[in-house]
Amino acid sequence: MKQLLVFIRKEFYHVFRDRRTLLIMFGLPVAQIVLFGFALTSEVKNISLIIIDQARDVNSQELTGKIKSSAYFITDESVTDYNDIEKAFKQGTARCALIIPAGFGNDLLHGGSAPVQILTDGSDPNTAKTVVNYLTSIMTGYQQELSKTPPLRYLIQPELRMLYNEEGNGSLNFIPGVMALVLMIVCTALTSVSVVREKELGTMEILLVSPFRPLLVLVAKAIPYLVLSLANFLLILFLSVFVLDVTVKGSILLLVAESMLFITTCLSFGLMISNTTNSQQTALLLSMMGMMLPTMIFTGFMFPLENMPVPFQVISNIVPARWYFLIIKAVMLKGLGFGYVWKETLVLTGMMLATLGIALKNFKTRLS
Amino acid sequence: MSAVILDHITKTYENGKVTAVDDVSLEVSPGELFGLIGPDGAGKTSVFRILTTLLLPEKGTASVLGFDCVKNYREIRNRVGYMPGRFSLYQDLTVAENLHFFATLFGTTIEENYTLIKDIYEQIKPFSNRRAGKLSGGMKQKLALCCALIHKPEVLFLDEPTTGVDVVSRKEFWAMLQQLKQQGITIMVSTPYMDEAVLCERIALIQAGRIMSVDTPEKIIDTFPAQLFAVKAADIYRLLTDLRNDPATESCYTFGEYLHITFRGHPDTNPQQLQEWLEQRGHRNVAVKQIRATIEDSFIRLMNEA
Repeated sequence: MKQLLVFIRKEFYHVFRDRRTLLIMFGLPVAQIVLFGFALTSEVKNISLIIIDQARDVNSQELTGKIKSSAYFITDESVTDYNDIEKAFKQGTARCALIIPAGFGNDLLHGGSAPVQILTDGSDPNTAKTVVNYLTSIMTGYQQELSKTPPLRYLIQPELRMLYNEEGNGSLNFIPGVMALVLMIVCTALTSVSVVREKELGTMEILLVSPFRPLLVLVAKAIPYLVLSLANFLLILFLSVFVLDVTVKGSILLLVAESMLFITTCLSFGLMISNTTNSQQTALLLSMMGMMLPTMIFTGFMFPLENMPVPFQVISNIVPARWYFLIIKAVMLKGLGFGYVWKETLVLTGMMLATLGIALKNFKTRLS
Repeated sequence: MSAVILDHITKTYENGKVTAVDDVSLEVSPGELFGLIGPDGAGKTSVFRILTTLLLPEKGTASVLGFDCVKNYREIRNRVGYMPGRFSLYQDLTVAENLHFFATLFGTTIEENYTLIKDIYEQIKPFSNRRAGKLSGGMKQKLALCCALIHKPEVLFLDEPTTGVDVVSRKEFWAMLQQLKQQGITIMVSTPYMDEAVLCERIALIQAGRIMSVDTPEKIIDTFPAQLFAVKAADIYRLLTDLRNDPATESCYTFGEYLHITFRGHPDTNPQQLQEWLEQRGHRNVAVKQIRATIEDSFIRLMNEA
C-alpha cells in the first residue's frame, strides 16, 4: 500500500515537473472552451448591412430604425449609389444590402403593398439564408404593428420556444462535446504516454525486476490521471458556467459520477494503447488519430449523427464519447435524472470493463 | 549450491533469425564477483535479462538462488538487484527522491540499509537535491548502484556499469564492487573493457552468443598456448603488412603502440633473433620484447580459433 502511494506521488512529480504535460492538461480545455465559445460559433451576429433608403419617409425611417436596434446588424448608410453595393460585396465590407425604393411609405399605406430589395452574398449560403430570415421577420413585425386589425380572419400564429435553451445560446451544445473531447485526449494520450515513457527510458526494466506487482504499475499510473482528469472536468464546468453562461440543470453529483465512468473508460483505452507500443510518438499518434478524430466526428456535437449514412451511424455506436455526450447533454442541459440515462451508462460501463479487461490481460510482466 | 546457473541457454530474436545467446552454460558461486566479458553485441545483455526474468529463453534452464527464472520469477524479483546498461532512473526526480522511491518500492527504507550504500552515497550526497538527469555520468552510475543496492539484494546484476564512465570513476566503481563483495553479495557484472576482467574473481569470455572460456583471469592468461611478442618499429604499418604476409606468423594485431605477434611452430624463438631478422628486412628503430598475454590477447586468440 505504501509502495502504491509513493508510486502515485512519483507520477504527480512527473506531471508537475513537465511543462508540456501541464500545458496539454490544463491549457487544452481553456483553449477549447474559448475557441468553441467565441470563435467557432454557428450563430450569425454583427452582419454588415448596407441600407440605401431612397424613400426617406416616416415608414422607411421606422423600418431602418428597427433593423438598427436589433443586435444582428451593423448598418452602413453612407452608400447611396446602387452600383457601389457590388463593390462593397467584392471588397468584403458588406454581406447584404437593403434597398428601399422611393415612395415606399406611400405605396405601403395607400397601395397596400410596397416592394423592397434584399441583396445577400450567396457565396456563403448559410449566412445568406439566416440574414434573409432575420430581415423578413423584422419586416413582418413592423407590418403587423402598422395594421392594427388583422387583415385576415384566419391567422395561424406560431408561438416559438426553444426548450432547454431559451436564448439560443450556442455554447450549450458544444460544452458536453468539448468535455468529451478534452477528457478523451487528456486521459488516453497522457496515460498511454506515461506508461510508454517508462519503457523508453528503461525504468520499466527496474520496475519489473522488483517486488512491486506489474499490475499495480498500471493502477499507479491510472490513479493520478483519474484525479487530474476530474480536476480538468471541474475546470471545464467552471469555465462553462462563469464564462459562457451555461447553467447546470441536473445534479452535479450525477455529472461527476458519469464523468468518472467516462474517464475510466478513456484511461483503459490509454493503457491498452501503451501495452501495444514501445515509443512515446507512436502512443501519442495512436491516441490522437485513434481517439480524437472519431470523437470529433462521431460524437454528434459538430456534425449531426442523423445526417450521416447508416454505416457511419453504426460505427458511431462504438465511440464511447458518443454515449458520454448523450448523458451529459441530458443531465446538464435538461436536468434529467439517472432514470433517463441508465441505458447509456450501461453501454459505457460495458465498454469500460471490456477495455480495462483487455488492458490488464495484455500487460506484459516481461520485456517482450 | 551455485547462486546463478545457466544450463544450455539459447535465445534468438526476430523469429530465430538472430541468435543472441547460443547454448550458454555457466555457474556463479555464492559471494563471487563474476565477470561476463565480451564486445558489444556479444549477448551479455540478453544473458542478464534472462537471469533477471525479463526475457524467456528458447532452450535450456536458468536459475538464480535456486529459483527457476521462468517458473519462480517472482521469488527472483524479490531477491536480486539489477542495474541495466542504460541509465534507468527518473531524470526528473532528484537524487534523494529516486533513492527513496526505489527503497519504498522494494519494501524497505533508506535508513534500514544505509550502511550498505553509505560509502557510495556519501559521494553523491552533496547533490541530493539535484535532478538525476543533471548528474555527471559517474554520479549517475553511483546513484543507480545505490538504487540497485538499497534493498540488500542477495545477487546483484550489473550490466555494463562502467560503459561511458571516465577512467577515475571506473576505478572507484570497481573499488566499490570489491567492498560489496566483502559484504557477501554475489555480483555478476558485464563489461566490454578487457582491462576490467582481471578485477573479477572469475570471468566468462563471450563472443557472438557463445562462451569461449570460463575461469579465473590468471588461469585464462596462463593457458595462453604460444609465445607472445610485442614489436614496434619506425614504420608500424609496413611492419604489420610484412609480418602478416610472412607464412611463419600465426597472428599479428595492433595493441596500443605495439604489435602483438605469435608464430607457428617455433617454440623457442628469442626476441634477439626476431629483432635481427626484422632489421635485415630494412626496419628501423625495431624494439622487440617477449610479454605475458593479457585477457585481450586470450580473447582474440579464442575468437580466431572459434
